Amino acid sequence: MSKLDAKIPEGPLSDKWTKYKASMKLVSPNNRKKLDIIVVGTGIAGAPAAASLAEMGYNVKVFCFQDSARRAHSVAAQGGINASRNNKNDGDSVYRLFYDMIKGGDYRAREANVYRVAEVSSDIIDQLTAQGVPFAREYGGTLANRTFGGVQVSRTFYAQGQTGQQVLLGAYSALKRQVAKGKIQMLSRQQMLELVLVDGKAKGIVTRNLVSGDIESHAAHAVVLASGGYGTIYYLSTLAVNSNGSAAWQAYKKGAFFGNPSFVQIHPTSIPVLNDYQAKLTLMSESLRNDGRIWVPKSKDDKRLPNEIPDEERDYYLERRYPAFGNLVPRDVAARAAKERCDNGFGVGKTGLAVYLDFRDAVKKQGVKAIQGKYGNLFDLYQKITGDSPYETPMMIYPAGHYTMGGLWVDYNLMTTIPGLFAIGEANFSDHGANRLGASSLMQGAGDGYFILPYTISNYLADEITTPLPSTDIPEFQEAVENAKMRLQKFLDIKGTKSITSFHKRLGKIMWDYVGMSRNEEGLKKAIELIDQLQKEFWVDVRVPGKLDEINQELEKASRVADFFELAKLMAIDALNRKESCGAHFREESQTEGGEAQRIDKDYSYVSAWEYKGNDKDPVLHKETLTFDNIEVKVRSYK
Amino acid sequence: MKIKLNIWKQSNAKSKGKFERFELDGVDEEMSFLEMLDALNEKLIGENKEPVAFEHDCREGICGSCGLYINGHPHGTGSEIGTCQLHMREFKDGDTITVEPWRAQSFPVLKDLIVDRNAFDKIMAAGGFVSVDAGQAPDANANLVNKNKADKAFDAASCIGCGACVAACKNSSAMLFVAAKASQLSLLPQGKVEAKRRALNMVAKMDELGFGSCTNTGACEIECPKGISIEYIGQLNREYLSASFSEAE
Repeated sequence: MSKLDAKIPEGPLSDKWTKYKASMKLVSPNNRKKLDIIVVGTGIAGAPAAASLAEMGYNVKVFCFQDSARRAHSVAAQGGINASRNNKNDGDSVYRLFYDMIKGGDYRAREANVYRVAEVSSDIIDQLTAQGVPFAREYGGTLANRTFGGVQVSRTFYAQGQTGQQVLLGAYSALKRQVAKGKIQMLSRQQMLELVLVDGKAKGIVTRNLVSGDIESHAAHAVVLASGGYGTIYYLSTLAVNSNGSAAWQAYKKGAFFGNPSFVQIHPTSIPVLNDYQAKLTLMSESLRNDGRIWVPKSKDDKRLPNEIPDEERDYYLERRYPAFGNLVPRDVAARAAKERCDNGFGVGKTGLAVYLDFRDAVKKQGVKAIQGKYGNLFDLYQKITGDSPYETPMMIYPAGHYTMGGLWVDYNLMTTIPGLFAIGEANFSDHGANRLGASSLMQGAGDGYFILPYTISNYLADEITTPLPSTDIPEFQEAVENAKMRLQKFLDIKGTKSITSFHKRLGKIMWDYVGMSRNEEGLKKAIELIDQLQKEFWVDVRVPGKLDEINQELEKASRVADFFELAKLMAIDALNRKESCGAHFREESQTEGGEAQRIDKDYSYVSAWEYKGNDKDPVLHKETLTFDNIEVKVRSYK
Repeated sequence: MKIKLNIWKQSNAKSKGKFERFELDGVDEEMSFLEMLDALNEKLIGENKEPVAFEHDCREGICGSCGLYINGHPHGTGSEIGTCQLHMREFKDGDTITVEPWRAQSFPVLKDLIVDRNAFDKIMAAGGFVSVDAGQAPDANANLVNKNKADKAFDAASCIGCGACVAACKNSSAMLFVAAKASQLSLLPQGKVEAKRRALNMVAKMDELGFGSCTNTGACEIECPKGISIEYIGQLNREYLSASFSEAE
């Protein structure tokens, strides 16, 4: 029997959150100062959560692995943040935003959660603006908007191509204000190694101080994971190279279910792999597809420079396959189409794993100046990396791992299946279904942190006010510390011959080839076998230099990669279980005659929530059935 | 390409450091500088030697983690780039490259090329915020903001907190950082209310943390990966002066 209860409040969709808020338990200001909360991660979910909880009066301990909270990878979000304010008088509403997200997620997200984030989206813009975020303005002084992919309204707020950094710095400044007030204890350069449960409830974490190497215990009345996504499992991704899935994975191993682990967004327009030493892939914003045309040569092995290839010998394959949407098809469709051309030998560049994104026609028609006004900073970024000017020669792009829609399963309260353990932002699975729309990750993270978690965590903590903070001397903490130390020592003792990075690269290749943009039964089974073999090799032949009690960056990587082997297997198992295609999850066995993704609603209209049963045992699948009472379930078509 | 490297090695904050020489063959001109260091570290691990510790994360010039002093310049000699955006095509076969950590009293070395920039966080905690709790915000369009001012605030706000300005300054002054942070907020109506208090508190904290004085040489502006103008220092000075003469509210 399934243990899943999403705890969705009764009543009409538009009243659920309002009514629920009015009925939730509260913690009085006097009692809040007796309660401690741990927040892991300081991105656009963690920083707002920490600041808001401290403002309410709770004692908050915040952890990040970077040297400063300001560096969390939300900083790299480019395009913007959505909010249904209808500032353009173009028919936007909470319902429209909700509708776009459910449809964009290919009907695999939970209605009540998505509606709620759409409801709070407007408050987020108010809050960030009040904190000093310099959003773009019109000449009249009001906030400016732009349009993003997959929608018909203009609801994206932005700060040039740097929205992520500006929004994060707003939240970071709020966090710093509480540090100065003594309500937040900020612990940077800390890596979470273990989650600690006391009487079945999350009561603390064990971390490694990345400077001294000390293994530390930290106790609290509740733990919030805001640790982001796991896209670096592909080794090469658009994520920061140190982003990782370990905090969520450790929680999974302590009993938190993992939701839809195989749902990963592959972003179609990233700068391709240039050399074997490449450590990451840099994103080129989706907005470029407004004016850029994507093509490859019509004949294989065409070695001419792109500008020497005449139009009639070019294959504008998106325009050919999707005449209605052309170059502006959604991310998953564009990514798969690029892969198809390259797999069939039409790719360009040194490796053959790239396609052209060409601005020749746009420059000719609109002039250099107009194009510079729209995309200048992106063209500069491209030129800094590749040395080529997109004004003169087409960009080369290729899809890259980007955002994980999957994550820890949470109920309507954003609580995992472990009481007292909450997951917010990209770390949870909840709002994006099988595909995320542009500019909605900042919205969801900030919404969770500022306006949802503070309510739901109080509802939980109201029953904890008489529970004293556990001592870190109790056996539960001691045992977690011992486990953490033993594991780290084990890495150092293997003394094999191969570096962590070499294993991570090989794992990434397996994941990219078999659990990436396109999946099939045979490949997924093969992936599981290959991951198993590689994992075994890792545990006997990895070489981790240095010691425990010092800055040891290889040791930091070791536990991340060790966790990735386990998570990789779960991703493959999940992808194998879901025999339909939906959103970013493309099962080759389930496609239309035209090669498009085919959902199988009667069998797979559910969230997969996986329960850990031990290292050598298969995980158990629990299903949260999805019901759509407020939206008609349709087929997505872009032809 | 074959490259010779002269890299600062230091076990921890307390130990004495020294330059060590390394050689690396097979350097591709398409590699970023950090990818070249990755390759060096893979080679060192293969030889059972300790890799070089350096800080890095986003590798696209926005997180501000990477900060290396390369051949006498923060982030190398390129214009408006972070170390992660510097590429090996800027160097020639046989070049010797000297790589050091930021050198500033307020940024102590933790290991090899990693320094502690926590002082910046402390300056921010002293006043780099608008005092508004979640739930207190007025409608975002209630305060109209002049577009030019909003753009100017954005230019100041593009600071990535890397510390190159301090590293570039002969006095290790943090004025450009503090000026950018304070100006971003004081240029906007929502931040103007506590502008005086902010200027006084952030400058006091900067002095307390041992950053040097600003003598307007402008080295910080030249080396800033985001091209932040020293005009903001003028703005902060004006604010600070006016705040010093009036009672801070």
